[in-house]
Amino acid sequence: MTQPPAILNEPWRTPERQQVAMQFGIWLFLATEALFFGGLFLFYAVSRFTDSAGFEIGAREADIWFGTANTAVLMTSSLTMAIGERATKEGLVPLARLMVMATLALGATFLVVKGFEYRSDIEKHLVPGPAFKYAIRGAAQFWAFYWTATVVHAIHLTVGLGIVSRLLFISKEDLPERWTTAIGTALYWHLVDIVWVILYPLLYLVGRP
Amino acid sequence: MTVAQPPHETTLLGRDLGEESYLTDGTTLMSWLGTTDHKRIAILYAVGITFFFFLGGAAATLIRLELISPAGRMLTNDEYNRTFTLHGIIMVWFFLVPSIPTTMGNFVLPMCIGAREVAFPRINLFSWYLFVVGGLLTFFALLFGGVDTGWTFYTPFSTNYSNSNVLLAAAGIFVTGFSSIATGINFITTIHMLRAKGMTWMRLPLFAWAMYAVSLVMVLATPVLAITLLLVFVERAFGLPIFDPRFGGDPILFQHLFWFYSHPAVYIMVLPAMGVVSEVIACEARRRVFGYEFMVYAMLMIAVVGFMVWGHHMFVSGESQFANLVFSFLSFVIAVPSAIKVFNWTGTLYRGQIRFSAPMLYALGFVGLFTIGGLTGLFLASVPLDIDLTDTYFVVAHFHYIMVGGSVSAFFAGLHFWWPKITGRLYPERFAQFAAITMFFGFNFTFFPQFILGIEGMPRRYHLYPQQFQALNVTSSLGAVVLAFAYLFPLFYLAWSLFRGERAPNNPWDATGLEWQTRSPPPTRNFDFDPDVRAAPYGYHPEHNAPHEVSQTHEPQTP
Repeated sequence: MTQPPAILNEPWRTPERQQVAMQFGIWLFLATEALFFGGLFLFYAVSRFTDSAGFEIGAREADIWFGTANTAVLMTSSLTMAIGERATKEGLVPLARLMVMATLALGATFLVVKGFEYRSDIEKHLVPGPAFKYAIRGAAQFWAFYWTATVVHAIHLTVGLGIVSRLLFISKEDLPERWTTAIGTALYWHLVDIVWVILYPLLYLVGRP
Repeated sequence: MTVAQPPHETTLLGRDLGEESYLTDGTTLMSWLGTTDHKRIAILYAVGITFFFFLGGAAATLIRLELISPAGRMLTNDEYNRTFTLHGIIMVWFFLVPSIPTTMGNFVLPMCIGAREVAFPRINLFSWYLFVVGGLLTFFALLFGGVDTGWTFYTPFSTNYSNSNVLLAAAGIFVTGFSSIATGINFITTIHMLRAKGMTWMRLPLFAWAMYAVSLVMVLATPVLAITLLLVFVERAFGLPIFDPRFGGDPILFQHLFWFYSHPAVYIMVLPAMGVVSEVIACEARRRVFGYEFMVYAMLMIAVVGFMVWGHHMFVSGESQFANLVFSFLSFVIAVPSAIKVFNWTGTLYRGQIRFSAPMLYALGFVGLFTIGGLTGLFLASVPLDIDLTDTYFVVAHFHYIMVGGSVSAFFAGLHFWWPKITGRLYPERFAQFAAITMFFGFNFTFFPQFILGIEGMPRRYHLYPQQFQALNVTSSLGAVVLAFAYLFPLFYLAWSLFRGERAPNNPWDATGLEWQTRSPPPTRNFDFDPDVRAAPYGYHPEHNAPHEVSQTHEPQTP
């Protein structure tokens, strides 16, 4: 009973219980995400195993510069989100808001860079279909994975931007008491990060010396 | 703590609403559509699944009518494909999977563990809206044009060749999947975090354990369905070569992903049924559940091993011999916990004071039909037999014994058992007993001939068949008439009971669960007191006799 009851959602009686339940619920949700992306990675594994030569030829076309730049951007946003979450809990409202805004800006930057990368990929005929660059089996499979995985990741990231921006709509007075919300938000944002950390080597480092 | 009793309200129709309860707490449409009360959300779900149950039933009626004649005079090949696809998709995803968890689970689970609410009430309401949106998408896909792939969406037919609304139907199922996930997360968190004082894990009613086990399966299996349907969607909509063998894709990968969800989905359908039946049998036999701990571990084992048997759907898909061997063995293994449960229900009945009330008749029907369904499952788990029986009516009969004979019987058992608690009214017992017996009879009448048809070699999903199968098909269709009556009849007497039924006392069955210690219908916050649990569940016979009323909140008892 260390916090005012105003921040309690039904049916919780203490902030401690609410925080544990909220974190528990989010972790369960993250488990579902692990299985969701797990199915996608299984597709990757099967394709790469089946036609590895063609798969690697296709993979070499992925633009490592865009990928690496985006990795740096997203890892930095992970840091700002972590600082923002701690600052909220410690009651440092201006710092928390600054860090939340930085996270949003970095997330948006990621999407912009991704957009440029998509344009370059389309210009290089890397969309599977009649105009696809390679005829060798496996190359189109890599690009099918590339488009599906990066778009699904981008959708998760966009949803994340919405969830993170919600923290800015909480008034200054209430923000420190909403630290359980900040924890939940940060957990989701780190999911977006960690999926990218796995995608990066799978997409950009295959078939390169 | 006592609650002041406000004067009885009446509705516009002049109907007395009775005591203050969750039903009187707001009577406008918006008070229902915007509710976060788990009990009202259960009612919302009940309306939705009842609609889908009768829609899927209408498709089944069409199938049985078509199969009366070997020449298939009523429907074209394509119409027949679309009809059984509609039946499968609606019944699996919009009735069976949500049926018991979202209605009785939502209503009873928080009360039977002594909680005021589920852990995330707003997400609970959100899940209902997801269900409605997904349901409407699929509903339009199936009725306006239809889908001809079967409920299994096998590639490459679904992705490259089918000329039907695969995209819309898949999108609807995808959305509904998230409603399952939300319900699962809510239940797991509720059971971990909101048990009443003294409600230890080994004092949880078996229904709560069943909800826990099924939630685990929903949370861990449904995302795999989501990604599978997403992959089908992108291949069909954008031409990305995912499963297309011309570009190095593997259609068998689709089957692995699909059955990795869809086999555990069978346990999503049957675990809640096991929970309901355990409650009903213990209460109506006035006995403690025989081997409570084994019942708990059996359910958890079913939930876990259920994830390891999906390959038995693919014995003839070109799976390796070694994989067939392993999946066959594991499918035999999962029969062990199922058998433990059947033996323990039987053990619970032994020396019980059995009341053949309607819920009990349904529950006993469940045990028998589930046993037949389970034993025929062993036939199909055996590779040599399965090669012969794959895609015949034997398979159709087998899974209908589990899903319809098992889960639907248990759904009706639970519906009648908790009806007085949910509505505050008693149902007409004689009618209900008659419906229960008719359902058991009609079910066997419909589906037992299909075992024989399957052994004789009639394949599933064909509406044209050789003359020699007609007698059994007509028998099955006649049985379906009886079964249809048994499903429609409760709709009438339960509707009557809703308006004219006798007011129910708080605990009409002298049951021990916490949900029976509160009022009927319960108040919005479930309890007028803080439940304090001091004993194991099912204390129906403390000292070598069966006294009239022993509640779980009473003093400790030595059995």
